[in-house]
Amino acid sequence: MSSTTTAAPGTAASHAAGTRTGRYYRRFDRIERVMHALLMVTFIGCALTGLPLLLADEKWSAVLVKLFGGFEGAGLVHRICAAVMIAVFVAHVVRVSLRALKGSGLLGVLWGPNSMVPQPQDIIDMYRHVKWFVGAGPRPQFDRWTYWEKFDYWAVFWGMFIIGGSGLLLWFPEFFAKFLPGWAFNIATLVHGEEALLAVGFIFTIHFFNGHLRPEKFPMDRVIFTGRIPEHEMKDERTTEYARLTSAGRLAAQEVGPPSRASIAFGTYVGGASVILGVLTIILIFYSFL
Amino acid sequence: MRFTIAAGFTVLALAVSGAAFAQGGATKDAGGPNDACLMCHSDPAAKGATGKSIGLDPKKFAASVHGEMQLPCVACHADVSADKIPHEKVKPVDCSGCHDKAAKEYGTTVHGVARAQGKDVAATCANCHGTHDILRSKDPASRTNHLNLEATCGACHGNEQFVKDAKLPGGNVQAKFHDSIHGRDLRDTKKGMQLAVPECTDCHGAHDIRPKSDEKSRTSRARIPETCGACHARAKSVFDKGEHGKLRQDNNLAAPGCSDCHSAHSIQPHDLPKWKLEVIGTCGNCHGEFITTFRETFHGQVTSLGYANMATCASCHGAHQVLPASNPASKVSKENRLQTCQTCHPKANENFANFDPHANRHDKTRSPLMYYAGKFMDFLLLGVFAFFGLHTVLWAYRSVRVVSERRKRRAGGSNTEEKR
Repeated sequence: MSSTTTAAPGTAASHAAGTRTGRYYRRFDRIERVMHALLMVTFIGCALTGLPLLLADEKWSAVLVKLFGGFEGAGLVHRICAAVMIAVFVAHVVRVSLRALKGSGLLGVLWGPNSMVPQPQDIIDMYRHVKWFVGAGPRPQFDRWTYWEKFDYWAVFWGMFIIGGSGLLLWFPEFFAKFLPGWAFNIATLVHGEEALLAVGFIFTIHFFNGHLRPEKFPMDRVIFTGRIPEHEMKDERTTEYARLTSAGRLAAQEVGPPSRASIAFGTYVGGASVILGVLTIILIFYSFL
Repeated sequence: MRFTIAAGFTVLALAVSGAAFAQGGATKDAGGPNDACLMCHSDPAAKGATGKSIGLDPKKFAASVHGEMQLPCVACHADVSADKIPHEKVKPVDCSGCHDKAAKEYGTTVHGVARAQGKDVAATCANCHGTHDILRSKDPASRTNHLNLEATCGACHGNEQFVKDAKLPGGNVQAKFHDSIHGRDLRDTKKGMQLAVPECTDCHGAHDIRPKSDEKSRTSRARIPETCGACHARAKSVFDKGEHGKLRQDNNLAAPGCSDCHSAHSIQPHDLPKWKLEVIGTCGNCHGEFITTFRETFHGQVTSLGYANMATCASCHGAHQVLPASNPASKVSKENRLQTCQTCHPKANENFANFDPHANRHDKTRSPLMYYAGKFMDFLLLGVFAFFGLHTVLWAYRSVRVVSERRKRRAGGSNTEEKR
C-alpha cells in the first residue's frame, strides 16, 4: 500500500502521462489561465518579430523576418502582440484593483500568503532554498507563492513599463514628441532592445527552468494551463499552504475535479511548443553572440 | 531613240565593270590596282603554303573605308611586290604610315606599352578596327561604332578565360558594364538614349587609354569627376560644392569621387534597392563609427535586414552635396534638420528632429544620457543573469541529485519488495 501511494500519482511520469486520478485543488482560475496563455503567445510573437531587429546582421534574422512577410509584416505582428499584451496587463491590474476593493480586501492583496507582494518570509525562503542547494540544510517549505514566482510576476510589471512604455514611444513618435525631448527616443530605442533581451533571456531560460524544465517538473508543469494542482504535489511543493488550509478547514472548499482533457492537451502541445520555440530562440541568441 | 540605246549601253558597261571591280573579278582587262593580289587572295577559303588562311572577301574590302578610297593592297602591305609572286611572308601592317597621330598616342598608352613590353596579347589597331573590313565609326556595322564598342572591347575584356590569363584589371568589366545602367540604356531602343549613353571609349578614351594609376588617365582618381561630369554636369557642380568635392579641390584624393560610391562599371540607378543598401557600407569605408551607430537605430536595423524603403545615409545627408552639420546649408544642420525628417515623417516636430540618429552609448561626451542608460541596462542584465544563473545552476545540481536518489531508493524498495 505504502509503495503504491508513493509511486503512482507522485511521479512526474504519471503526471506527464496525464492520468487524472486523485484529488485536485484550484490554483489558477480560468481568467488567470487565459491571461497566461495570451501573455505566452504574444510574448513569443514579440520576441520572434523583435529580436531580428536587435540582431539584424544575423542571417537567421533576415530569414525570420521574411517568414513574417517582410519587416512591415513582422512590425504588424509585433504591434498586434504588444497591444494584446498591454491589454492583458491592464485587465490584470483592473482585476486586482477590484479584488482589493471588495472580497479579500486591500490587505489580502497587499500582504499575507495570497499576496504577490514580497515579504520577509520570501527572504528567509530564498536563504534557506540556497542553503538546500549547497547541501547545508533541509529543503524549505513554501506557501502559495514562492519568492521566484513573485520575482517572475514583478518582472512582468517592470518589463511592461520599460518595454511597453518605450515601445509606445517608438510606435507613435510624432505624438510623444509633442511633449518629450528628442533624446527620449534614443533612450527608448536602447532600453526597449536591452530590456527585451533581458525578458527573453530570463523567460526562456530561468522561468522555463523554474516552472517546467527542472527535474521535478520536466518537461512541462501544466498547472498554469489546467489551473489544478494534484494533492500530492501541493503537499510536496506547497507544504505550508496545504497545512495552513487544512488547519483552517478551508482545503475542501479549494477542491476541484480533475483537469479537462482539453486543458491538458493545450498545456502539452501549445505550452510544449512554446518551450521548444523559446529554447530555440535562446540557441539563436547564443549563436549570435558567439 | 538611238541616243537612248547608246546611253543604255553605256550604263550597262559601267555597271558590269563596276560590278567586276566590286567583286574583285580577276579580269586582267579591268585593270584594278589589286588584280594581281586578288588572283590568289580573292577566295575567302584560300590557304597558303603553311596552311594558314590567306583569303579575304573582296566585297567586304570594297565596302571598307580603305576599299572606298581604292587603296592598293601594297599601301598597307608595303613589303610585298608584284614582281615576286608568290611573295615571302608579310610583315605585320604598320598603320602609322597614314595614321601617325593615333599610332603615336597608342604607343604611350596601356595597350601600346604592354605590347612594347612584349605582351603580344595586348590589343593593336586591328583588334579593334578589323583588317580588310574597316568601316568608319559612324557606320552602324563598324566595330568602333558607338553601339558596337562594348562587344569590341568585350572580345578581350569580357572573355573570362582571356581576362584570367592576361590578368586584365577589373576582371570581366564587360559583364559588369552590360548590366549597369549605362549598359542597359545603351541597348534600350525604347528609351531613346542610346547615343547619349557612354560606352567604353567615352570614359577611357580610344587611342589614349591609360591605366587609372596614370595621372593623365581620364579614369585616374583625380580626373574621374571631370570624366563623369562631361555628361553629368549638374551632379558634378553640386558635388563640387559638397564636402567631398571641396576636399578634392584641396587635392585630398582620399575624398571619394564618383566611382567610389557608384562603382566604375556596375553603376546602377540610385533607387535600386540592392545598390541603396550596399552604398551604406561604402560610406562606412570612411565613416565606420557612424555606420555602427546607425545600425543601432530602427533605420539601420531594417536596412541591415535587406529592406531599402527606409532612410539610409543619403536620405538625411544628401548624396552629391554632403555638408557638415555645422554648415547652415547642410540637410542635417539645425536650420534644415526638421525639414529633412519631414520628408518621411510629415508630422515630425522640433523635438522629433532632435533625436540623435548617431547616438553612441559608449560615448559619454556625445550622448551622456545614452551612456548612463546603457550602463544601467548592462548592470541590470548582468545582475539578473548572474544571480538567477547561479540560482538555476545550483538548483539544477540539487534537483538532479534529489531525483536520482529518490529513484534509486524507489528502485531499491521495489526490488526488496519483489524479493519478499
